[in-house]
Amino acid sequence: MSGTMNLKLRVWRQPSAGQPGAFRDYEAKDVSPDESFLEMFDRLNERLIEQGEEPIAFEHDCREGICGACSMVIDGIPHGPERATTTCQLFMRHFRDGQTVVVEPWRAAAFPVLKDLVCDRGSFDRILQAGGFVSVATGNAPDANSVPIGKEAADAAMDAAQCIGCGACVAACKNASAMLFVAAKVSHLALLPQGQPERARRALGMVKAMDREGFGACTNYGECEAACPKSISVSYIARLNREYLRAQVTPTV
Amino acid sequence: MKLDARVPAGPMAEKWTRHRTEMKLVSPANKRKFKVIVVGSGLAGGSAAASLSELGYQVHCFTFHDTPRRAHSVAAQGGINAAKNYPNDGDSVHRLFYDTVKGGDFRSREANVHRLSEVSAAIIDQCVAQGVPFSREYGGLLANRSFGGAQVSRTFYCRGQTGQQLLLGCYAGLNKQIAAGGVKMHTRRELLDVVIQDGVARGIIVRDLVTGAVERHAAHAVVLATGGYSNVFYLSTNAMGCNATAIWRAHKRGAGFANPCYTQIHPTCIPQSGDHQSKLTLMSESLRNDGRVWVPKQKGDKRPPAQIPEGERDYYLERKYPSFGNLAPRDISSRAAKEACDDGRGVGPGGRGVYLDFAAAIQRLGRPAIVERYGNLFDMYERITGENAYQVPMRIYPAPHYTMGGLWVDYDLMSNVPGLFVIGEANFSDHGANRLGASALMQGLADGYFVLPYTIGAYLAGSKLGEVKGDEQPFTDAQKEVEARAAKLLGVGGKRPAAAFHRELGRLMWERCGMARNDAGLKQTIEEVRGLRERFWQDVKVPGGANGLNPALEEAGRVADFIELAELMCRDALQREESCGGHFREEYQTPDGEAKRDDERFCHASVWEWKGEGEPQALHQEPLSFEVVALSTRSYK
Repeated sequence: MSGTMNLKLRVWRQPSAGQPGAFRDYEAKDVSPDESFLEMFDRLNERLIEQGEEPIAFEHDCREGICGACSMVIDGIPHGPERATTTCQLFMRHFRDGQTVVVEPWRAAAFPVLKDLVCDRGSFDRILQAGGFVSVATGNAPDANSVPIGKEAADAAMDAAQCIGCGACVAACKNASAMLFVAAKVSHLALLPQGQPERARRALGMVKAMDREGFGACTNYGECEAACPKSISVSYIARLNREYLRAQVTPTV
Repeated sequence: MKLDARVPAGPMAEKWTRHRTEMKLVSPANKRKFKVIVVGSGLAGGSAAASLSELGYQVHCFTFHDTPRRAHSVAAQGGINAAKNYPNDGDSVHRLFYDTVKGGDFRSREANVHRLSEVSAAIIDQCVAQGVPFSREYGGLLANRSFGGAQVSRTFYCRGQTGQQLLLGCYAGLNKQIAAGGVKMHTRRELLDVVIQDGVARGIIVRDLVTGAVERHAAHAVVLATGGYSNVFYLSTNAMGCNATAIWRAHKRGAGFANPCYTQIHPTCIPQSGDHQSKLTLMSESLRNDGRVWVPKQKGDKRPPAQIPEGERDYYLERKYPSFGNLAPRDISSRAAKEACDDGRGVGPGGRGVYLDFAAAIQRLGRPAIVERYGNLFDMYERITGENAYQVPMRIYPAPHYTMGGLWVDYDLMSNVPGLFVIGEANFSDHGANRLGASALMQGLADGYFVLPYTIGAYLAGSKLGEVKGDEQPFTDAQKEVEARAAKLLGVGGKRPAAAFHRELGRLMWERCGMARNDAGLKQTIEEVRGLRERFWQDVKVPGGANGLNPALEEAGRVADFIELAELMCRDALQREESCGGHFREEYQTPDGEAKRDDERFCHASVWEWKGEGEPQALHQEPLSFEVVALSTRSYK
């Protein structure tokens, strides 16, 4: 493996939700190319603790790119420069010695910053509570193979269902729109027979909740797809628009 | 400590049905009068919270995450078992039960395992009805694959993200109940104590991780679904936040801790690359359906894999276990990898790795078929290692992954503390000394959807529980203790971050309480862990305060608990003078290096009782009897 690097980090520090924040500069020394971006932060934080300073708060958990917790805007790009990659799966071999890297939290009115790089994404949960489910109580399900689902439909549903709910789509959008997130959720269930009975109600309810939470409108720039760590296609946004329109003209009975 | 498993009488296959029919019920009008606390929102906690709420109970669900959907169940890759027999290959409830008891090396409770196997099929039905997009065949029916320790294909999967999709299904059900007002969700709350009043669990103390406020919550019953403790090893496949604090605090309030030494070391993980590393990444066991495991026959062979001819490779799993081959169970595959590396035939940096090779499968099935089955795993491997596994074999090495041990529970999943239920990985009951692949998701959902909602009703119907508000003395005392502990951590004023102690603990445990253990090593480790604990409380540095978001304080509290748990794990491993499943004592092995059980002396669960600070825990036993699956030496040859 090649030698280690030194980087300059310009990191957003903010003591709490109500207080103003500012960038602060740090040095990341002897960074190995095999280290992950968050491991570099771990080591920096340990050094800060040793110096009696408060470590930089950031969200992270699985570090396998699936839980959706990590959320750093790196040099202006949510999750950094690599396509289809979460922050936790970004490795330092993609950076150069001496580089300055700017790290910020997700920025959107619907994702208020709680501290440093941690923001509150509870608005996503509230959107899902407005219809992102099939109303099936435990115990009354028919046999799993009683309804065949064509592989193509199952695959398309799975492509949408892969969304990890990280919010990079919102952070990437100049309007802070949550359309890709909502589109993925609505499409996943709209593509499956199990989702049909509540199809119209779901689309209407979730779009209404999205607006209520203060997310912006979609202007089809496609930044969301580019930032999505699961490469969820903007074509699902077209599907959501169709679902929404259909729901408005579909009689409920 | 009284340990009564309360296994219902009658033939094995009828116990659960009979028990369910005979148990007391709470009428629909009375259910809404009962408040139940569920701690944890993964597959076990989320499914339990939603199901209990559907029944009409008032449910309060807690998670330390910002949303239930981030629980570590999300990271499970390979699949979920169910005795559906869709592939017509001879599977049945009995066979899944048999495989699981045998896979657990005869250290689980038969009746619990049988029930798990009975309800497995209904889990798949439930998940499909929720819209979980399982992988399917072109005809539209569900696809299956094989996992370790089984000779049938009973594993259902969603590409390589089964845990994520099951959790999203479960979370959707939870959201439905949150929206309906049946579940009050408390996010970013960490459990810091369980409150026992008049000998019964009646509430919890949590810290609001954002404001730092310490809160009391009272209820009629408390359910812990807080996962396992593999992070005691520091480096494991668990998420960074996974911790033992909830079960450890419950243990200190009287809950028995069963078989803490039963830990699962998963054979297929990406090897460690350096000291900076914060966790290890699993490569799903499903890869062993098509990948072949090998090392060079020659010690110290440094040639690139492509230059090592077929005749100079040792496909050691196929050689040693011809009937199961690359799908030998996890404990056996992990030990075989360690053996090969100890023998100087390991590959990659430091010689701690073996190859998992897809060349033959790519030749047989074509690259598109492999992309379809495992594409996301190959991508993840490349992101982490920078290597393309379609061209060079993957390098893998075992890593801590799952803990079979946990809080002791009876047949109804209640601990020895009345009113304290424990479900999912947090309990000890179903996997014995080794868990088979694709069985963790099954157990989490079985407990939450189909077992606990019944058994908790029987408990509530049969108990006389007075009203508790949360202002009683035990709540006040517990809150004071929690606040004092935070103040103590903040006040040590040492120099080292908690992570440094955690790393040190992990190294000790991995070396001497990991894949192989022995008498001298364990005794030495107990001493060293005690020393580490002392140094922790003299030299840990926790900056910031108790008010507000303070990740350093959270971490320090968890590490302190891990250090205490580590000592108990070593003591448990030391007293269990046999090898079984994932617990391998070097002194007890067959001439060909397989685990050698001692059924005369150790056919029981070891359950530890907390005796107070500074006192050693007392050891109790729950004898295990095997009525249906005769005790025998496990063989996968």
